[in-house]
Amino acid sequence: MTDAHNNDAHGGELAVAEPIADPGLPEHQWRPTDVDPAKEKRAERQVAALFGLSAVSTVLFLVAYFTLDIGDDWHVVGGFGASTMALGFTLGLALMLIGVGIIHWARKLMADHEMVELRHPARSPDEDREVAVQALTDGVAESGIGRRPLIRNSLLGAVGLLGLPAVVLLRDLGPLPGNKLYHTIWGKGLEDKPMRIVRDGIWTPILASDLEIGDLVNCQPDALHNPERYDIDPTEVEGVNLQVHKSKASLILLRMNPGDIIPGKDAKGDSRENWTVDGIVAYSKICTHVGCPISLNERTTHHLLCPCHQSTFDLADSGKVVFGPAGRPLPQLPITVDDEGYLVAQSDFDEPVGPTFWERDYYER
Amino acid sequence: MSVDVSKVASTNGTTPATAKGGNTAGAIATWADERLGLGTAMKKNIRKVFPDHWSFMLGEIALWSFVVVLLTGVFLTLWFDPSMTEIQYDGSYDPLRGVHMSSAMASTLDISFDVRGGLLMRQMHHWGAMIFIASMMIHMLRVYLTGAFRKPRELNWIIGCLLLLLGTIEGFTGYSLPDDLLSGTGVRAADGFMKASPVVGSYMSFFLFGGEFPGDSIIPRFYAMHILLIPGLLLALVAAHMLLLVYHKHTQWPGPGRTEQNVVGYPMLPVYAAKAGGFFFIVFGTIAMMGGLFSINAVWKYGPYDPSKVTAGSQPDWYMGWPDGLLRIIPAWETHIWGVNFSWNVILPILVMPPLMLMILMALPFIESWITGDKREHHLLQRPRNAPTRTAIMVALMTFYGLSWAAGGNDIIAIKMHLSINQITYFLRGAVFIGPVIAFIITRRWCISLQRHDEGKLLHGYESGVLVRSPEGGYAEKHLPLPEGKAYTLTARDDDPRPETAEEIEASGVTGRHLRLRKLRARLARVFFSDNVQKPTAEELHEAQHHAEHELHELESQIAAGPNRHGPAEH
Repeated sequence: MTDAHNNDAHGGELAVAEPIADPGLPEHQWRPTDVDPAKEKRAERQVAALFGLSAVSTVLFLVAYFTLDIGDDWHVVGGFGASTMALGFTLGLALMLIGVGIIHWARKLMADHEMVELRHPARSPDEDREVAVQALTDGVAESGIGRRPLIRNSLLGAVGLLGLPAVVLLRDLGPLPGNKLYHTIWGKGLEDKPMRIVRDGIWTPILASDLEIGDLVNCQPDALHNPERYDIDPTEVEGVNLQVHKSKASLILLRMNPGDIIPGKDAKGDSRENWTVDGIVAYSKICTHVGCPISLNERTTHHLLCPCHQSTFDLADSGKVVFGPAGRPLPQLPITVDDEGYLVAQSDFDEPVGPTFWERDYYER
Repeated sequence: MSVDVSKVASTNGTTPATAKGGNTAGAIATWADERLGLGTAMKKNIRKVFPDHWSFMLGEIALWSFVVVLLTGVFLTLWFDPSMTEIQYDGSYDPLRGVHMSSAMASTLDISFDVRGGLLMRQMHHWGAMIFIASMMIHMLRVYLTGAFRKPRELNWIIGCLLLLLGTIEGFTGYSLPDDLLSGTGVRAADGFMKASPVVGSYMSFFLFGGEFPGDSIIPRFYAMHILLIPGLLLALVAAHMLLLVYHKHTQWPGPGRTEQNVVGYPMLPVYAAKAGGFFFIVFGTIAMMGGLFSINAVWKYGPYDPSKVTAGSQPDWYMGWPDGLLRIIPAWETHIWGVNFSWNVILPILVMPPLMLMILMALPFIESWITGDKREHHLLQRPRNAPTRTAIMVALMTFYGLSWAAGGNDIIAIKMHLSINQITYFLRGAVFIGPVIAFIITRRWCISLQRHDEGKLLHGYESGVLVRSPEGGYAEKHLPLPEGKAYTLTARDDDPRPETAEEIEASGVTGRHLRLRKLRARLARVFFSDNVQKPTAEELHEAQHHAEHELHELESQIAAGPNRHGPAEH
């Protein structure tokens, strides 16, 4: 035995006699239903009644299916929807009653003698092992795989190489990232028509004077609604493309007391002093942790909280992380006003928005 | 083996169960056996014995809820359209009519509002999935805490761990399919997780999403994984799990007549088949009730996914809660070095911790058998108290899990309990480290106390609740000896092995690395077993019983003599 060594090492505790001898299986007790025909008959009727009730419930299910309307009635019966509730209740009851009936049958009427079965060790007997090993050795020897390294190695090489098609075939799952993660549509403004900042959902441009101190506006680039103005192909901002642009370009505008703002430095080390308009700052709405849109504004502190993992950013201080797991400040968008007085982006963000990725710092504008 | 059924319900019938030649059933059975050899296969298994205990039902819940999820899932595929093509919703649900959304979301709404029983099936599918995962976890705790994972069942333990992993991924891919705002936020976070992976992160993201997030590929790809790839793996592993269960035969609790060499219980046919089959209907029925009565994942309230929107209180399904909690309490650690980034604030909680926890779980049986040196087969279960260190390890892991999970709801806790979210977060940052240690120590000592209590019951009898006043005015409680069966059950356990001493190891002549390893092993074994209570020897038991009998006699003579007599006082 392989574990002989172990038993030696740990003393002969197995040999110690048990303090109390095994009294053996207790004697079987007959149940009332085994010895009293009246009780037996009653249990039989109970089981049949459970099955019968199940059948009734199934019929009620069918009735509910054909009589109760769905669609607009989702709000009735406490918001459950009459049809859903009736179907679930009757189906559940029909199933449960069958289950309870069967178990009742098993417990009251089926023989309840416990049986004893002997176990066998999981391992195969020694002679079986020997025969198996011999068969394996014979088979391998007859194939000659050990004596013919040329065949063996060329086969291994050929089969191993087949892994490549399996990998290569997955190549077209998606394009390579390229520089897509480094740019947003904010940079697509024209010389004479810089990208306007518009309200998300209603797509109206914003005058600086529209905003009171403390106001927060969720914004998008005008190009998503109005691509022709920026010479952008409309299909570029439809369907999936729209979602992709929104996932990077979503913006938050916040107006605060200009005196509260501590201007930071941009990627080149220059001051961000003129990135704001009269105390209006613009920051990416996409969290730098894992990319949730940030939306909870603490009006008195100009702190912005991400509802997913509670990273908190100070919009008066270059979007600095003041709490939570995010590792980087929110990217700030430099803004100004166009000749009609509407808020516009000066340029794209000067760093990639959203969650950090491995090669993010290779970015150069 | 035949049993005495002389008195068993006559309603079960009196004709022999084996088919007589000549009837149709017999003819079919003969036809099938001549081609499939069913007789030999059934001979062994049709009356296979399964031991009975309520805790053995937990795995059954997992199995049956999986079946329910498969059935309801097939129903859902008949209407669900796994496409991200943008359409305008024009179904029955008024508040969203006219809104642009993906076909996936629109077809989910159609299943909910325009297919009779559709919402019921959706909710049953979701509840069933939750019960599947929850019951797997509780089943796993049962298996671990009773020592059922020990040889020869380690591989089945690993299969179970893989089932839990696959079930979790299956759940995530499933609840992401409706493409609603809440699940889309989860997919957005998953995109962030991938991007945080060293070197290949952004490539992984672009390959999975078919381009930039969100793209239009993720729902169809998740769908293929959710209804084909993962269920296929789950089915295969469930089958292997069951086959190994049949091969090893189920573990049983020790007790009179129940030994390592036998298995005592009810035969597969009829009792076990009836109980397990009946239980399937009960699980199915419970899930149907829940699907009908309890709303779950009301996607119409969230609306379609929009990457610029989010709801407060966004949380994943509960079984993803603990990594999400770690993601919330991890400090803002990122390393920017040599032009590349290590986002520890994502890598540690998401890419390291869950796989690490899984590996720890899978390794537990091997770590324990290495430390204890126990390579024997075990078929008798152990009470958690009789393996204090093992139990304490699991409770420590559970504490870590629970605290991480609580962190996943830190915003909800803060709102509901009017606490500061910052303070909760700071507290949990420390608690996830300290909590498991405290839990380990308390659990271990608690188990040992329970062992001592068992020993006391064996040696001095159980507390009868009868107080006796002695002539001097002192009080004593009457202890009565345990019934034989109960006393035997308490002693039906192995003594802990005695770890090797340093001298023994030196004397064995091993050197170098092996010597150090064996010393480490012996040291760990000493810690593992330290302070455990061993069962009394026959002599100790005999002596104690003798002593107890003597005391009992004394008490009884006091009762007979003094003011302790029950009933109306005699005058």
